[in-house]
Amino acid sequence: MKITGAQALIKCLELENVEVVFGYPGGSVLTLYDALYESKFPHILPRHEQGAVHAADGYARATGKVGVCIATSGPGATNLITGIATAYMDSISLVAITGQVIVPLIGRDSFQEADIKGITTPITKHNFLIKDVNDLPRVMKEAFYIARTGRPGPVLVDIAKDVFAAGVDFEYPQKITLRGYDPIHEGEEQIIGDVYKELLQAKRPLFFIGGGVNLSDTSETIRKIVAHTGIPVVSSLMGLGCIADDDPYNFGMIGMHGTYAGNMSTTETDLLVGFGVRFDDRVTGLVDEFAAKAKIIHFDIDPAEVNKNVRSHIRVIGNLQWSLNELLNQVINRTKQEWKEQFAPWREKMNAWKLEKPLGYDHNSDFIMPQQVIEKVSQITKGEAIIVTDVGQHQMWTAQFYRFQQPRSFLTSGGLGTMGFGLPAALGAKVGKPEKPVICICGDGGFMMNCQELMTVADLNIPIKIIILNNQCLGMVAQWQRTFYQRHYSHSSLKTKADFVKLSEAMGVPACRLENKKEMFQVIEKALSADGPFLIEIRIPSEEDVLPMVPAGAGLDKMIIGG
Amino acid sequence: MKYTLAVLVENKPGVLTHISGLISRRAFNIESIAAGYTEEPDMTRITIVVEAGDEYELEQVVNQLSKLIDVIKIIDLTGQDRIHRELALIKVKAAPGDRAEIINIVEIFRAHIVDVNKETMIIELIGEEVKIDAMCELLKDYGIKEIVRTGKVAICRGAKAAKED
Repeated sequence: MKITGAQALIKCLELENVEVVFGYPGGSVLTLYDALYESKFPHILPRHEQGAVHAADGYARATGKVGVCIATSGPGATNLITGIATAYMDSISLVAITGQVIVPLIGRDSFQEADIKGITTPITKHNFLIKDVNDLPRVMKEAFYIARTGRPGPVLVDIAKDVFAAGVDFEYPQKITLRGYDPIHEGEEQIIGDVYKELLQAKRPLFFIGGGVNLSDTSETIRKIVAHTGIPVVSSLMGLGCIADDDPYNFGMIGMHGTYAGNMSTTETDLLVGFGVRFDDRVTGLVDEFAAKAKIIHFDIDPAEVNKNVRSHIRVIGNLQWSLNELLNQVINRTKQEWKEQFAPWREKMNAWKLEKPLGYDHNSDFIMPQQVIEKVSQITKGEAIIVTDVGQHQMWTAQFYRFQQPRSFLTSGGLGTMGFGLPAALGAKVGKPEKPVICICGDGGFMMNCQELMTVADLNIPIKIIILNNQCLGMVAQWQRTFYQRHYSHSSLKTKADFVKLSEAMGVPACRLENKKEMFQVIEKALSADGPFLIEIRIPSEEDVLPMVPAGAGLDKMIIGG
Repeated sequence: MKYTLAVLVENKPGVLTHISGLISRRAFNIESIAAGYTEEPDMTRITIVVEAGDEYELEQVVNQLSKLIDVIKIIDLTGQDRIHRELALIKVKAAPGDRAEIINIVEIFRAHIVDVNKETMIIELIGEEVKIDAMCELLKDYGIKEIVRTGKVAICRGAKAAKED
């Protein structure tokens, strides 16, 4: 019996175990929405397509499943772009489904037509345009397969409106034939032996872990290796949480706003082992001076990441599930004692750096300090909440001062640095992980970029907690203007007559404002323990800097420490 | 240095968009690109000549292109014993007084005259890049009205096909 393309699509979603889609209807997807209506497939309606894609992204980051979003043709589809690019830069598995005008109208500048396949080519892992309903089941199967396997990434499927209405004998393919796509799972075992030999010879080794460890769910294995060998660990922004913050071998984040100990040890190490990292410029600073005394070993699933930014001496290509397990199997051949003695002097040195210049801020200030707010949130939640941020100073303070205990608990737009990501991504994360507390920390700038999603949060009663650290300016922009542009605060002030508390309440989310430092702990605790969604606006000083800071293009040891 | 890559891709709509999109996004320097059908109906072969500073840069080009789902295989033909050819069609001014000389040049280069009228001739030349450059240089004196070149295509000598490697 024939079913419609729209019904077939929903069958595909069911067969891929999709629990929920985030979407926004419109002309080209009306037939699909009719099928959603009939099937009662779980669907969340945000208030902007950008909200849909960030929510699907947040869902994927929190759960490790594929996030799915839907938008109509033309403006609906183009509103997804920032979100798709965000997911692409952080390797998040996403399937974005867009409607397209009917086949005879494609290419004629028809109403609400945009070449979304062309537009998204540089920001997707792959994309498709379906013009024949018979291709639909196979393409959907391939789309999900491509999105979740290998190095994950967003896949866009553009579907012409008439395809949704056309009839098809539905058969979901069992097998996938993609001659040009073979996601590597396992590499050569002997290469792990080479890594082992390097570790034996190293005096000052350093593990550098990134988003790949989060994505491959290998945090447990890396923790075991670290516990056995006593090799110190630093993280990129995206790697935070993979090793518990209070682990004695953890030395925090490195890079532009990394810790003193982390950045110094990266400069001094003689063997840097990167796991699922891409040596982004925010991490390396001046590439020529990055880990210049070290041999570099690079573990990654994507061969194109090796030697892209930093030359490595040994490459270990393959899924970290495979390579880290192999490495663990080899390091346990030596006793804990032997390993730990080998690196004891190095760890002593690193600990001395940590004590010499720990992360800090002015505890005696009369103002509410943003770092202190993050510390309080961390204490109250015991570092166990899912923390979603926007982009800017608050993001860096969160990275520095929240004591992350678990992987997949820090959701942030690292690669693209997308303001407006926080609120919708938090919403999506909570939908995926209803049992976990989800806290969105944003600035007053980024919050406004997708604040319409407060309505979604309120109407669906999604119990996330939102903290706006309001410094009445674009904090990170202002910090750069202060540091590098002679305090010319060009259009970075956000002093406003608007009232965040009233805005939130108007959209249906209860809210309060915190201005008095004395009430801080009590107010935050009350806000976080509210039953439903809750928003708290916290007034913080405008001229606080994120420190340490490595100026762009300088070596990591050239930190501005301040204080 | 210039490198010649044979890129075997799925013969599907949008493949060239993906390839050119990638080249543009990664800011690779492409000298020429030539695509056409192959012995297998569902496969297209693209010959890309890329300018890369060193082998690391080339490795990036190959690795990034390999990541495209529609790219089946990439073979670096640069160091190999290969034949490479390009085809050029050149419309040159041919005043009655110049014709004999032009025909002379055509014969020396083993080219062909494929069209002629009162004012111009079209010359077809197949060969390596340098040969085509040389002929164009000579024809300049008579006035070249139009040049169209295919870009390089290349194949390895010997019994083996590139896809079998």
